[in-house]
Amino acid sequence: MKRYLPFVVIAAVAVLTVGAGALFYRAKQGAVASGGVTRPSTNETGAEPLHVRGQLGAPVTLEEFGDFECPSCATAAEVVSKLEQDYGPRLRVVWRNFPLEMHAHAMEAALAAEAAGLQGRFWEMHDLLYKNQAVWTKALDVHPFFSMYARSLHLDVERFARDSTSDEVKVRVVSNRDDGVSRGVKNTPTLFINRHEVRPPFSSERLHEAIDGALAESTPKAFEADRASPPAKIQPRGDRK
Amino acid sequence: MTRARLQTIFYTIAALIALIGLADATYLTVTHLTGEDLVCGSGDCSAVLGSVYATVAGIPTAAFGALAYFAVFSSALLAAFGYARARIFLTLVVAVMFGVTLWLLYVQAFILHAFCPFCLLSAALTFFLAGIIIATPSTTLQQSEDGSTTP
Repeated sequence: MKRYLPFVVIAAVAVLTVGAGALFYRAKQGAVASGGVTRPSTNETGAEPLHVRGQLGAPVTLEEFGDFECPSCATAAEVVSKLEQDYGPRLRVVWRNFPLEMHAHAMEAALAAEAAGLQGRFWEMHDLLYKNQAVWTKALDVHPFFSMYARSLHLDVERFARDSTSDEVKVRVVSNRDDGVSRGVKNTPTLFINRHEVRPPFSSERLHEAIDGALAESTPKAFEADRASPPAKIQPRGDRK
Repeated sequence: MTRARLQTIFYTIAALIALIGLADATYLTVTHLTGEDLVCGSGDCSAVLGSVYATVAGIPTAAFGALAYFAVFSSALLAAFGYARARIFLTLVVAVMFGVTLWLLYVQAFILHAFCPFCLLSAALTFFLAGIIIATPSTTLQQSEDGSTTP
């Protein structure tokens, strides 16, 4: 019996660990789900969004407060990009900067994205920053990377470098962040769907569920109004100035 | 107290420490899987667990930790029951964990500039395990017929 005792104990610990882990996972999942798929935003107005992708009259608006150095934001960006494909004209995406102080280069990245936005390439820089996040976030000096990305986007690199340190882009970023703070944003990514906050995790399934819910809530009048009115301006990659 | 007795006590302590580490790593893995820490800015834990260093090939680093602690628990228990090969395996696993822990501490201190208490607990447990392995008295072991060994 003694010969088999350690193996029995090991097997028991393995089963207990997996079982406790599964129970804990279910409990956490339940807490996350009941913790509010949505929580209404207290501040409705906020700053006028500068970066919008999709139709202005779309029944669902997904608003993101993001930080380019946050790995979770990079993951969320991929999910949101897929959602845009899935929902087409029914979904409008608004981006707002929320660089966290804990990230050394987040502010510089936000400024770079805004500087690219001044040349009409915000979303392209947004995508590049997330795509290459693992590279530039490890650098001590990120400016050579951002200049390289600006060059690859055929921007006026000198203007880009100048704009990156200008007061204009700083004001944009800071006003975005202030807007987030006033709406209770503390973490990134923070997502709002039709002004209701969505709690993490931001998996495709959960966001699909939240968007479908928002679509169901949106009245048929919204669609009728869309049909009656001239087609809204579509800004698939540009910036709203 | 005989060396064999001392060894049994040391390996039993190692197994108990590994159980604490297993619980810690399991907690971190589940937290990661539920996405609770998958936001940035909610404290130093999220800075660490939401970083690019928190996953390896899409798998939470904590999950590797859980596996490592389970391996340590199993081998320490077997070692306490006199299995010689388990002692060698235990030493190897703890050595690897020690190296990885040093790297993760470096990442927290010098790259992320943030410390996660649960990760620090794990680091402390690993250092404790390494200390136990070093402190355990060595013996010349003889293999018995049933695969176990006696000093």
